[in-house]
Amino acid sequence: MPQWLQSVVDYVTKSNNTPGWYADPVASAIWALIYIILIFTGVSIAVIAMNWLERKILAHMQVRLGPMRVGPHGLLQPIADALKLLIKEDIMPDQADKVVFWLAPVTIVITAFTVYIVIPFGPTHAVTDMNIGLLFMLGVSSIGVLGIIMAGWASNSHYPLMGSLRSSAQMVSYEIAMGMAVVSAVLMTSFKGGGNFFRQIYGTGGASVGTLSMIGIVRAQEAQQTWFLFKFFPLGLIAFFIFAVAMVAETNRAPFDLPEAESELVAGFHTEYSGFRWSLFFLAEYAAMIAVSSIAVTLWLGGWMRPFASLHGPNVEIPNYWSGGAIDLAFALVPALTFFVLALFAFIGTVRMPKHRAFRVQTIGLAGFALALGFIGLVLLEPHVRDRVQDIFWFSLKVAVFMYMYIWYRGTFPRYRFDQLMHLGWKFMIPTGIAVLILTAALGLGS
Amino acid sequence: MPQNYIPIFLFMLVALAIPVVTLVIAKAVRPDNPHATKLMPYECGIDPVDTARARYTVRFYIVAILFVVFDVETIFLFPWAVQFKMLGWFGFVEMMVFLAILVVGYVWIWKKGALEWV
Repeated sequence: MPQWLQSVVDYVTKSNNTPGWYADPVASAIWALIYIILIFTGVSIAVIAMNWLERKILAHMQVRLGPMRVGPHGLLQPIADALKLLIKEDIMPDQADKVVFWLAPVTIVITAFTVYIVIPFGPTHAVTDMNIGLLFMLGVSSIGVLGIIMAGWASNSHYPLMGSLRSSAQMVSYEIAMGMAVVSAVLMTSFKGGGNFFRQIYGTGGASVGTLSMIGIVRAQEAQQTWFLFKFFPLGLIAFFIFAVAMVAETNRAPFDLPEAESELVAGFHTEYSGFRWSLFFLAEYAAMIAVSSIAVTLWLGGWMRPFASLHGPNVEIPNYWSGGAIDLAFALVPALTFFVLALFAFIGTVRMPKHRAFRVQTIGLAGFALALGFIGLVLLEPHVRDRVQDIFWFSLKVAVFMYMYIWYRGTFPRYRFDQLMHLGWKFMIPTGIAVLILTAALGLGS
Repeated sequence: MPQNYIPIFLFMLVALAIPVVTLVIAKAVRPDNPHATKLMPYECGIDPVDTARARYTVRFYIVAILFVVFDVETIFLFPWAVQFKMLGWFGFVEMMVFLAILVVGYVWIWKKGALEWV
């Protein structure tokens, strides 16, 4: 086996590596490419799933059924939509600035995806681990404003220009409050906690140093044996709340969806876009939603840590399968169980399908889907897969909660007025952010 | 660990390729028959009255200026937050002085009405 292949295999099978660029450039490039491809496919699938889930959940919140025609329970609706968009005519207004009009969606997609470079899905599951990861992430996500301004300006139409101005004003206003909340989380990484594991790895002498590395931030939460959400209660909670509100505003989602306010601005900055260009904006919006949710999970909800990570329970020995705490074992089996439950739901759906031959293809398709979910559950029971994948599972589950919240907000809250939005951002979030920052620092001096 | 930044370039290449490739594929399969009405800016069915590149409210400009001030200040906080334990009381007091100056400016713009959106 050649050297580079050996190091790739080592990296994939061992669970104590840190992502990054090592002495062997070929192997490093392959690891990086594996994660890059995983991220692009994973995020695309997540966006497709979100498309379906959002329609279904919103529909059920409004006592409707939502998509039901394309595939069982409309499961194939997003794919049908993607095909429709692909073969739809793409109009570029003749007064538009052609180059900028073309560049705007490309810029937005690149910025929305570049954020994923530093997101740690697990201690080893990231494209790379940078010492300025958090700063990189905030910087790149801010460039998204540029793409929106470009789209609005290049369209040379009233609604897009107004939409993009509103959008940029809103995004820059909430970015300040967001920055304050993030700094208070960075402060917490240098504090003392339950264990001294963190100082063994990253420490220098007596004083411990904070970190901006995304993996380092989760390691700090592991070492302090707490999620930063519960640190200095209620300070961590307030900082998290500020971030959670600001991230909805940053991604231009309801109730802060003024840039796309349908009743006033048609579709905001992407009014003039159609066909696949429009779908790039759609992709970027959902990718950005998942990205900011991942930042929130990493900073305050313990990243890849499972709930009750400090409890291990009595020792259990199962030959060739498990040796360790009983609670650890219970949580390690949750990913497989989740897929079995999903498979069960799909199976019940198959049984309850109308017994008419018009539904035969759909019934077979749903049964196949149930089998696929059950098979994934079986694969997740395998010890090596189980140990390597459960970090990703817990991370994704926490992100999924945020995605559900996004849909829930949209189904519940009425849209803000623009002056209310700016009032909330500048007169409430920023002072609260500064106060939380000062209090965290003051408490941190004693810890 | 500066060499850990190398994967960024790999990632950027893939991230650039995806929208470009999809746009090229879409261009190959979609119909394309534009005419003058279709290419007009969208104004809910009415012919556009004037150009969109007209004047807009100065409030957006004020927000942009305020953003630059506050965001640069947030960037100053990051290195301090990382070195917080090392700097100890000295760093804490210094940063409180810095934040106090900033808060005075914040109160001033509030009193001036720069945060009002009317």
